[in-house]
Amino acid sequence: MSLMALDAITKSFGAIHALQGIDLVIDEGEAVGLMGDNGAGKSTLMKIVAGNFPPTAGAIRIEGREVEFHKPIDARDAGIEIVYQDLALCDNLTAGANVFLGRELKKKIGPFRYLDHGAMFERAGALFSELKSETRPRDLVRQMSGGQRQAVAIARTRLSDPKLVLMDEPTAAISVRQVAEVLALIKRLKDTGHAVILVSHRMPDVFEVCDRVAVLRRGTKVADKRIGGTSPEEVTGLITGAIASA
Amino acid sequence: MTNSNRTPRELHDATAQTPQLSHAEIDDSVTSRREMSGLQSALRTQPFWVLVAIIAIGFVMSMISDVFLTERNFFNITRNFAFFGIMALGMSAVICTAGIDLSVGSLMGLSGIVTGMVMQAGYGILPGFLACMATAAVVGLINGVLIAYLRMAPFVVTLGMLAMARSIAMVVSNNKMIYDFGPDQDLFEWIGGESVFGVPNPLWVLAILTLLFWWVWRFSTWGRWVIAIGGNAHAAKLAGIPVERITVSVYMVSSLCAGLAAFLMVGWFGSVTNALGQTYELNVIAASVIGGANLMGGVVYAFGAPIGAALMELIRNSLLLAGIDALWQQFFVGLFLILAVLLEQIRNRGGR
Repeated sequence: MSLMALDAITKSFGAIHALQGIDLVIDEGEAVGLMGDNGAGKSTLMKIVAGNFPPTAGAIRIEGREVEFHKPIDARDAGIEIVYQDLALCDNLTAGANVFLGRELKKKIGPFRYLDHGAMFERAGALFSELKSETRPRDLVRQMSGGQRQAVAIARTRLSDPKLVLMDEPTAAISVRQVAEVLALIKRLKDTGHAVILVSHRMPDVFEVCDRVAVLRRGTKVADKRIGGTSPEEVTGLITGAIASA
Repeated sequence: MTNSNRTPRELHDATAQTPQLSHAEIDDSVTSRREMSGLQSALRTQPFWVLVAIIAIGFVMSMISDVFLTERNFFNITRNFAFFGIMALGMSAVICTAGIDLSVGSLMGLSGIVTGMVMQAGYGILPGFLACMATAAVVGLINGVLIAYLRMAPFVVTLGMLAMARSIAMVVSNNKMIYDFGPDQDLFEWIGGESVFGVPNPLWVLAILTLLFWWVWRFSTWGRWVIAIGGNAHAAKLAGIPVERITVSVYMVSSLCAGLAAFLMVGWFGSVTNALGQTYELNVIAASVIGGANLMGGVVYAFGAPIGAALMELIRNSLLLAGIDALWQQFFVGLFLILAVLLEQIRNRGGR
């Protein structure tokens, strides 16, 4: 049984058909690259899986069970975490505070509950070293490099031990050196049994970390191939429409 | 582009992405920022420098005025700023969410009048207090719902409330002064106007509230979430924080602080008119900003509110004692406001 199966997902915004009958299956520990030109429907599909809005038609199945997401928390509860393109971090808080944002650890004295800063920093530090990132939990996010920010956003997804991590253009806005750091983070996720969907414009990134690549064009899926069975040239052709489908 | 006209973020990104800079160098710069003693981190906060200014002004004043260091003068200074300090604690929370609450002065008038009318009608002090706080809570709730759920601009909503609350205060009071507070008049006037162990009661209230807010900002989930909303409301929402509900509660906290200040102030004056608190919103905002609140949101210091309010009252008192025309008062308050913000910007440019 697959970890997640998207079944004929369709999404319309008024007269605009953003997605038409998308099927996509992802297994445990598998990384799937989701590629396509601007407006192909990648972000819409990700937002549906992350629970930002429901599809117009079609079903999402997690381990065979049909699920309905009304808000992002529903998706998180079903074991899906997302790393947003803008990372959704609070610059004015520490790395540790960001990791635990909305899920703060608390201590109890009688009826009083208060934030357990020590435990949160310690746990965040452990997550960063698990990711082999040098990010320090007590640093303010404002002072961090792009790669460190990615590490914070990724560490946050690991609090709930998710089954599937969605990553939206994680390497779009960072320097070349930091890209290697982020790709290493994605490989770490895979190695620990997490499934990953990587939305990216960058061909080399997808070919380095993904097992499969799915290509969207104008709201329909035109290809779904194993990385070994395709080439960057073919994928480029599929994205632009030079190759109709494969 | 030169370095001087780039934002700290741009500068940082430029540094982080310059290939010549090795990992070790970047790490060094981050480490040196992080490993600071308590004193060093205090040195970086706005309230600390305002406190230094207060001590400096106090030192100069004790030289040039015999009256300044007297117990009586201190009593007056501390009682006068307590009311503004209490309101600034709530205002700081609102400003931390990148909002503003212009309605606090008018709300003082309204909740003061409501307190007066309830007590004048012969109800005791407890019903009077509850009516005062309930009025404040309702006003805060209306502000908060319009801002959080209907996504209206805080400036506009609270400006509208400034006009409406004052008007309702005029209507319900029939434009008359209230000076009869029923059976609990003595207790009511004692709470607002007298002292315990030589410290004015409003200052006790301010001190307790300041400690409470310190705890809230440092250790409560609510405080953490308010700061997160101020930093990036979108991110807070995606992290599952109930942003709308928290925002409403923040405006209610600000209103409740204003209601409490009104209750104490009416007790001190021994009378109330619907003009109570007129233009106080500006002083309260100034006190918050001098105390380190940043109108862009995401920054809050519990000790900033009382320290900012103290500086403003100290300026007023010092000008008076130094024999400078009282007409200059607002000038100096405005000057310190601008200097405080300028100082903060200069420090931030250097520190990041």
